[in-house]
Amino acid sequence: MARIVVPFGPQHPVLPEPIQLKLECEDEKVVGVMPAIGYIHRGIEKAAERNAFRQNVFLCERICGICSIIHAETYCETIEKIMGIEIPPRAKYLRVVFSEESRMHSHLLWLGLLADGFGFESLFMQVWRLREMVLDIMELTCGHRVIQSTNTIGGVRRDIDKEMADDVRARLKKWKEMMDSTVWPAIKRDPTIKARTVGKGLLSKEQANVLGAVGPTLRASGVAVDMRMTGYAAFGELGFEPVVEEAGDSYARTLVRVKEIYQSCDLILKALDKMPEGEILVETDGFPDGEAVHRTEQPRGEVLYYAKGSGNRNLDRLKIRTPTFANIPPLLVMLPGCELADVPVITLSIDPCIACTER
Amino acid sequence: MPFMLGTIIRNLVTGPATRRYPFKDLREPMPGFRGRIVFDNTKCVFCGDCARVCPSMAIEVDSDNKELTYHPFRCIYCGTCVQTCLDRAITQENIYAAPSDHKSVEVYRPAAVA
Repeated sequence: MARIVVPFGPQHPVLPEPIQLKLECEDEKVVGVMPAIGYIHRGIEKAAERNAFRQNVFLCERICGICSIIHAETYCETIEKIMGIEIPPRAKYLRVVFSEESRMHSHLLWLGLLADGFGFESLFMQVWRLREMVLDIMELTCGHRVIQSTNTIGGVRRDIDKEMADDVRARLKKWKEMMDSTVWPAIKRDPTIKARTVGKGLLSKEQANVLGAVGPTLRASGVAVDMRMTGYAAFGELGFEPVVEEAGDSYARTLVRVKEIYQSCDLILKALDKMPEGEILVETDGFPDGEAVHRTEQPRGEVLYYAKGSGNRNLDRLKIRTPTFANIPPLLVMLPGCELADVPVITLSIDPCIACTER
Repeated sequence: MPFMLGTIIRNLVTGPATRRYPFKDLREPMPGFRGRIVFDNTKCVFCGDCARVCPSMAIEVDSDNKELTYHPFRCIYCGTCVQTCLDRAITQENIYAAPSDHKSVEVYRPAAVA
């Protein structure tokens, strides 16, 4: 049979961001994939060398609009590592609260896009209605709805007082009730969702390990690796257990993310309960001199920051490895063998964030 | 679809989840919302601290001529200048900055002494 090449992207209705996959097809079956990236490179790593290191917190937040605060948190923790700053315990708990809010909103956004990807418009609407409730919590606690801007070197810039904590608890309770009654039963039992995802885009445990998959893509293949297990910020004190599924298909990746939304909700409530009193910011002086590597868990997986400073206000180098970059090789293994119509759903199942990948 | 059917029927009889904006007012922003930045030229001493910390270079201060230029369309509303200002001359209101059809610039000079 003659092979034809079908270009998928860079502009495609299911892709929020530009990536091109050149799909080699035999009839309706995909037999080979070649990715092309580089459509939205913004030169952020170079800009980070030009800016003062304290201003980079806000630059790093803009690498990705969806997991913004975790980028800022990772950057701050990297610089704190170089400068030997120990942040106050309350700031650690606040970082957990803010980053888990961000994770909830990111996973809900993705779940809506996935539902839209396989044409389940009413689920898409329900999920985004739930996401709106999380955005309201972010506006309440951080002052901004998406780019939270609450981290700074030496701690956090916003505190959560008792009244606000009670308000967040009440809002999360309402959110959980709505999630339990609308979205979760549909994800768990709906035959149309299962028809589009079960057994599609298989990634075995060995392949996931060898190809260096990260985040929910890795955990859906049965590997219990989550950077939050390393106990950065206050995760070590909150008794964190990663969510793992064994099947390795698109449905397992969906389940991991939906269970993580619930887990994030529980982590926020736990962090609000256990949060110690005290300062939220330590005064810092001086400039970073030395180098450090730090890893944290983003909604899409592990993000790695490397920073090197030589004792002045600018960094010599800032290197960022984002999770989607690591998840593209596994995607190239998932796609061959699938039907052409399943490509959008499988591509979405790794939660691609191309703006992160290219920076 | 069967597991969404109850929700879909319920949605048919309940009102829309979004606000009917032109006919109804929007909800108030939350109390801690970071909105418009306002400079108070009676308190400002034009030291330039805010311009030095601004991550998006939205503030320019000419200390010699005592002139502060603020670019609202470069501003990312992070509030770093508000926290930095020793004279408490910068405040952040909890209302959205107004949209505009051109990138306006605000210039502040010392208030005339009465």
